[in-house]
Amino acid sequence: GAAGATGFGSMADTGLLESLLRLLEKVDGGTDSQDVAADLGVDHQVIVGAVKSLQALGEVISTEQKSSKHWELTGEGREIAEQGSHEARVFNAIPDEGLPQNELMKMPSGKVGFSKAMSNKWIRLDKAHEGGPRVFKTVETIEDTVRDKLQLVQKGQSAKLEDKEKNELKKRKLLSEVTVKSYWITKGSSFSTTITKQETELTPEMIASGSWKEKNFKPYNFEAMGVAPDCGHLHPLMKVRTQFRQIFLEMGFTEMPTNNFIESSFWNFDSLFQPQQHPARDQHDTFFISDPALAHEFPQDYMERVKKVHSEGGYGSQGYKYDWKIEEAQKNLLRTHTTAVSARMLYKLAQQEKFTPVKYFSIDRVFRNETLDATHLAEFHQIEGVVADYGLTLGNLMGVLHQFFTKLGITKLRFKPAYNPYTEPSMEVFSYHEGLKKWVEVGNSGVFRPEMLLPMGLPEGVSVIAWGLSLERPTMIKYGINNIRELVGHKVNLQMVYDSPICRLDS
Amino acid sequence: MPTVSVKRDLLFEALGQKYTDEEFDELCFEFGLELDEITSEKDIISREQGDEKAEGASDVVLYKIDVPANRYDLLCLEGLVRGLQVFKEKLEAPRYKRVSPADGGEPQRLVITDETASVRPHAVAAVLHDVTFTQERYESFIELQEKLHQNICRKRTLVAIGTHDLDTISGPFTYTAKPPGDIRFKPLNQSKEYTATELMSLYKTDGHLRHYLHIIENEPLYPIIYDSNGIVLSMPPIINGDNCSMLLNLKSVFCVCLQAKTTLDMVVTMFSEYCEEPFTVEEAEVVYPDGRLCVYPELAYRTETLSGDFINKRVGINESAESIAQLLTRMCLRSEVSGEGDLIQVEIPPTRADVIHACDIMEDAAIAYGFNNIVRSTPRTYTVANQLPLNKLTELLRQDLAAAGFTEALTFALCSEEDIADKLRKNIAETRAVHISNPKTAEFQVARTCLLPGLLKTLAANRKMPLPLKLFEISDVVLKDETKDVGARNNRRLCAVYYNKSPGFEVIHGLLDRVMQLLDVKPDRNQGYHIQAAEDSTFFPGRCAEIFSCGKSIGHLGVLHPDVISRFELTMPCSAIDIDIEPFL
Repeated sequence: GAAGATGFGSMADTGLLESLLRLLEKVDGGTDSQDVAADLGVDHQVIVGAVKSLQALGEVISTEQKSSKHWELTGEGREIAEQGSHEARVFNAIPDEGLPQNELMKMPSGKVGFSKAMSNKWIRLDKAHEGGPRVFKTVETIEDTVRDKLQLVQKGQSAKLEDKEKNELKKRKLLSEVTVKSYWITKGSSFSTTITKQETELTPEMIASGSWKEKNFKPYNFEAMGVAPDCGHLHPLMKVRTQFRQIFLEMGFTEMPTNNFIESSFWNFDSLFQPQQHPARDQHDTFFISDPALAHEFPQDYMERVKKVHSEGGYGSQGYKYDWKIEEAQKNLLRTHTTAVSARMLYKLAQQEKFTPVKYFSIDRVFRNETLDATHLAEFHQIEGVVADYGLTLGNLMGVLHQFFTKLGITKLRFKPAYNPYTEPSMEVFSYHEGLKKWVEVGNSGVFRPEMLLPMGLPEGVSVIAWGLSLERPTMIKYGINNIRELVGHKVNLQMVYDSPICRLDS
Repeated sequence: MPTVSVKRDLLFEALGQKYTDEEFDELCFEFGLELDEITSEKDIISREQGDEKAEGASDVVLYKIDVPANRYDLLCLEGLVRGLQVFKEKLEAPRYKRVSPADGGEPQRLVITDETASVRPHAVAAVLHDVTFTQERYESFIELQEKLHQNICRKRTLVAIGTHDLDTISGPFTYTAKPPGDIRFKPLNQSKEYTATELMSLYKTDGHLRHYLHIIENEPLYPIIYDSNGIVLSMPPIINGDNCSMLLNLKSVFCVCLQAKTTLDMVVTMFSEYCEEPFTVEEAEVVYPDGRLCVYPELAYRTETLSGDFINKRVGINESAESIAQLLTRMCLRSEVSGEGDLIQVEIPPTRADVIHACDIMEDAAIAYGFNNIVRSTPRTYTVANQLPLNKLTELLRQDLAAAGFTEALTFALCSEEDIADKLRKNIAETRAVHISNPKTAEFQVARTCLLPGLLKTLAANRKMPLPLKLFEISDVVLKDETKDVGARNNRRLCAVYYNKSPGFEVIHGLLDRVMQLLDVKPDRNQGYHIQAAEDSTFFPGRCAEIFSCGKSIGHLGVLHPDVISRFELTMPCSAIDIDIEPFL
């Protein structure tokens, strides 16, 4: 955090800091931390620590990081600077009467020194000497230039050497080039040569005594992140659900009771005028229930009317002309759409003494026995809106959809004729996606068929318009999630839940 | 939604106009089709089998067009072109006519015997006379039958179509049923004869035909159609005979459909276009076991009368009856104003079996008018919104549980039996679980009876997250309930877990206290809530309590049993609470 970024624990001792500041006072235009280290006779790292401590005090000094390259002796290089080069050591070891070669080779510098001294022509080898090969000096005195050069580097005078010489010593692993990070230090806007201790935080005592007025406070580091609050988080899909609920409520829609996942085929399909051989009623698409396998209670006279409209027609319809079976309608299943609930609600509405217009909505789970992939799960949330009133038109449906989608921040809509067994007309809703530069499907809609509404007992002139979409798809787009499993179900990434922003659908 | 694949150039040639992909896509959109994909045989093979296999395949451009599931008249190139040309007023919808044999001869006859009673005692037939097929037309004809088999015929379970070269067979034809051992013929694309029993085992490994075997497999008698010389036309719905299979240069096609006259109408109307006299179909007689004689195809036209006002009011437009009649005519529904007020006579052709109500006609008028030309208007329906009390309570509690430091999980309503029973150390028989009859995997065996397994699985998937993990979910479980019409009901539950190096019973207990505070229920043994020690196999012995509110048990809290923890692949202690929130409504 900003407050805890630096601590006094690491503060270098005040004496050193003040020495540094006094030194800085004397120079114009600043100084390098390496020079300070040399001047004060301390290791450069100690000065680096002192600079950091001074930085923490605010604007006492200002610094600029520098990096410079310089030459340094290796371990072997230091040894040579002290004791002479291997060849010089070999030379010095040979007395005037010479030395047997095998004895010379036993010296630590023997091998390297012998060949170097030979190539320098400081010594010669008499292979034919009686008693074995013997080495003799060929010159009286030598000049140990390698040692001299290394000593220059040691004294910080490497500049006196030519690059070629330095590279040769580097090749012999006597010198190495190192990068040194140092600071260029100049006086800061509140430069002073004395150190006043800074307070980290305001305390209740300071407030009580008023001592805060005289204190100096350590600056905060505003670059650091704050401490994450200890809190819970709402799930992103549920945050989006809350927004959709809000939109429907703003539009005056009443929430339907969708807390019944188990539904009979009758309400899920038959009441919606979906014929019993329809492919959606296939085992491949729908989860059927083995226990409790059958629903046992239906509004009898309504069921008779449903049977009749399917098998024989009526209400101006030809019907589907097939043998409608109650056994098929009784089969329990996991509802495949929340429209099953809409059907129950519309039937209930039709049982009222006098029809009153309604606007209904629901957002809840539906189930499909489908092949699963990155965008399809066996269960998902369906959003549904329904309006029932006298004289509603297709233009009204488009108008309501326009208002609804405008609240989602989608204003460019167009409609494609489609097929749905229980709506006629049916329209797919497309919106123009500015990112993809094309029209994408965002929902489905339609006007419920008279074969669905009239058997329920709704008055002839009443039209019911409806639309639906999934909750997952807009959420995935909103939160940039590609795999639905990262959003829904136990494989969710909790970090994603923790990090997800609030949901405003229109922005 | 069925997809029809057509060659683009052939399509444009038939439409008499070239389109860009965008223009054609636009036309499809307006008409209620969808240009789903632009591809070629080569592309398809290369995508499915790799580039090497695609070598040498045709790169003729194919349009894959999605057709609404009820529009069987658009399932082939011929139908699509006819529909679009009429829509664009470039063509008048043809009138399909049933005719007697041209040479004045007797119509073909199909006699159905009593034995068919146990299989499919109904068949219809017709003849396409003097028809000219090209390679493309022939392929389209076969493809249409396949599309119809998959859709309206429900994978041949409802209807089976057979088409045969009439010059290789001679009527009258007999549709009967025989024991499979007594049926023997050379089937399509085979070089020798088989009995029906042999065929059934032969086709067990056939990638295409094996899907249809189950339709007759267990019947004592199999359906079979013979000509007057005992040549087998077909053993529906499995396979045709080889002797009368259709070839490119045939003259006449004999079509037989088991069960449905609509399907027969569809096949013959689409391809009567290529007859010597276009759009005529030669009649055939069918004699039923009861002696009844019927003539097919029906090719029935039906007339509906509706008012312009009805269309205007339902769509939300204001057009004259004449202009509405014109709109409908563009949808192959030949219409005219009858002279009485604004009444319109609409003729439904045999190809439009999907039109069963005035609302279907209304939709066609709206499509022809253009959905996107309709003025969008706001209904004046005045209503006051209400939230569902249960959802309102849930929304309020969710907010406050998050404020209490718990993170919301969202888990599946379906799970395995193991999740709600064995893993929780419970007996499945005692769970009141609703069981699914046709799960594809164990993940969908039952509807959950508690929220705990989902939360524990969420913990397991997030073990790498810093501890403690505090999760909650407020959602529905499903329980069997005899008092409900479907025998089951949802129950809204609140479940929370605390997962850390120490069990943290006090944390979960504190959460209970907070929830009760939010629900304005005081700690009180009688009028408020209290907990008391309980035994529950899911929890560690001595570390479980039952929660009571106003004397009624609403759930449990406690430290989970170590076996439960390890069965969910967890390693740390965990405490949990699970309560029913419906009593607080």
